[in-house]
Amino acid sequence: MPGAILTATKVGARYGASRVLWNVDLHVLPGEIVTLLGANGAGKTTFLHTVMGLVQMTSGRVFHGEVDISRQTPEARVTGGIALCPEGRRIFTKMTVEENLRLGAGLKHQHGYDENVQYVFELFPALRPLNAKMAGLLSGGEQQMLAVGRALMGRPRLLLLDEPSLGLAPMIVTVIFGLIERLREEGVTILLVEQNVRMALQIADRGYVVNTGRIEVSGTADELRESASVEEAYLGLAVHV
Amino acid sequence: MSVVFAYTGSEAAQQIVNWLSLGSIYALLGIGIAAVFAVLGMINFAHGEVLTISGIAMLLAGEAGWPWESFIPIAILTGGVTAVLMERIAFRPVRNAPPLTLLLTSLGLSLIIQNALQLWRGPRAESINIPNLTSATFHVGSVIIQWVDVATILTTFAALAILNLFLRKSVRGLAMRASADDFTMTRLMGIRANTVITAAFAVSGLLAGIAAFFYLGAQTGQVGYDYGFTPLLKGFIAAVIGGLGSLSGAVLGGFILGGLEIFFQVTLPAQKTPFATAIVFGIAVLVLLFRPQGVLAGRGVRIERV
Repeated sequence: MPGAILTATKVGARYGASRVLWNVDLHVLPGEIVTLLGANGAGKTTFLHTVMGLVQMTSGRVFHGEVDISRQTPEARVTGGIALCPEGRRIFTKMTVEENLRLGAGLKHQHGYDENVQYVFELFPALRPLNAKMAGLLSGGEQQMLAVGRALMGRPRLLLLDEPSLGLAPMIVTVIFGLIERLREEGVTILLVEQNVRMALQIADRGYVVNTGRIEVSGTADELRESASVEEAYLGLAVHV
Repeated sequence: MSVVFAYTGSEAAQQIVNWLSLGSIYALLGIGIAAVFAVLGMINFAHGEVLTISGIAMLLAGEAGWPWESFIPIAILTGGVTAVLMERIAFRPVRNAPPLTLLLTSLGLSLIIQNALQLWRGPRAESINIPNLTSATFHVGSVIIQWVDVATILTTFAALAILNLFLRKSVRGLAMRASADDFTMTRLMGIRANTVITAAFAVSGLLAGIAAFFYLGAQTGQVGYDYGFTPLLKGFIAAVIGGLGSLSGAVLGGFILGGLEIFFQVTLPAQKTPFATAIVFGIAVLVLLFRPQGVLAGRGVRIERV
């Protein structure tokens, strides 16, 4: 896709013997919030991992801008400007908030550490007083903020967010979603995987519905809100949109 | 009565110095095993050969007529370079192979190095050209203390302090700690797997070099092709006691192991002291059986492969 920040063409992937993605075509334009919807096990997380190079692709290509990154290592993709804030947050629990953020800057962005950490603290003022605290002792919401903050320390152009609302109190979820919109205003493009379909479609420009490893429907957020297949994909999840 | 008391008091002080010295060397070896395990999930059975090669380097330096003081940097640097080369040549090509392959690779590497050294230097141990450093002593009251023990203890604590600084202040050090917890996530910080793994092997090798100077150089004064085996075992047990992959655990494990050995040597009747090692190994087996996560950790070590 010309002009896209991320383009996946005919991406297939497997975990061990089981094939989990088939011919996934997807693109994200700069400045967009794009959401990836689907039931548990549909392949959303696997897709994000494929973009990061954590899962071996069996077919297809992934482009970051015009650059084919299909064969790059995960760390090269990160230094290239893509960051993943993973499901379950996966912060370094035995390290302090500061150490987590310092690692987030990687080896490439250490010189800009002071400036970047001020940026993160400005986005998440709640983190500032926790700087010296052990990350494992933070609340769920604080850990999620740390996970997003850590991902932002490398100043990514594209942020992949995997289930940022998982296990958080509704009020915190509202805060996190507010921040996602704020990030877009700051010029960060976002690909969002989310179980909370209603909220995801509220902030997203476009979305894709994944079902058993295939893209079933795609469209603007408004179109998807009207679409029956979205509810179908979430059968049993009681979606009221 | 008071004479006996004084004697046992100084005896105890003597044993404490012995314990700290022995524990120091075991701690250095334990960290070497733990640092590599933390990032690769592999026990490096060729770790003993890092010591042997450092020993050989001292041997050659001695033959070349270099002063024994030069053995310190020579042993340390040789250890660091050897460990990093081992990773580069032997382990990197099989990094993504199943754990058993990695394990067998390290065993194979150990055998290859031992046999190569035996072909080159012969089967007999050779003396390193170093003065008898163990005879230099000083007295504190009735306690006779060897300078070499003091040097061992101080050097180890200095090395641990530097290591601690490295692990807390440098990004590579932070990455090493982080990757022990979650390797994949560390790579997602944009830090190359090779950077972290090389750092772990370098730490492992430099500390093995320090251990080689004190254990092979200053204490034993000899090196042979198979002199790495005992240090490997001790390091392995120290790391196991501390919980594989935990560096602070390995230090604690080293001092526990050293303490147990000295305790049994002192308390067992003379004709039973050869069993001290067997008892200590037995304890290590029990730790593996009942507390495989080590005596420190509350949780098991999560191993994530690259």
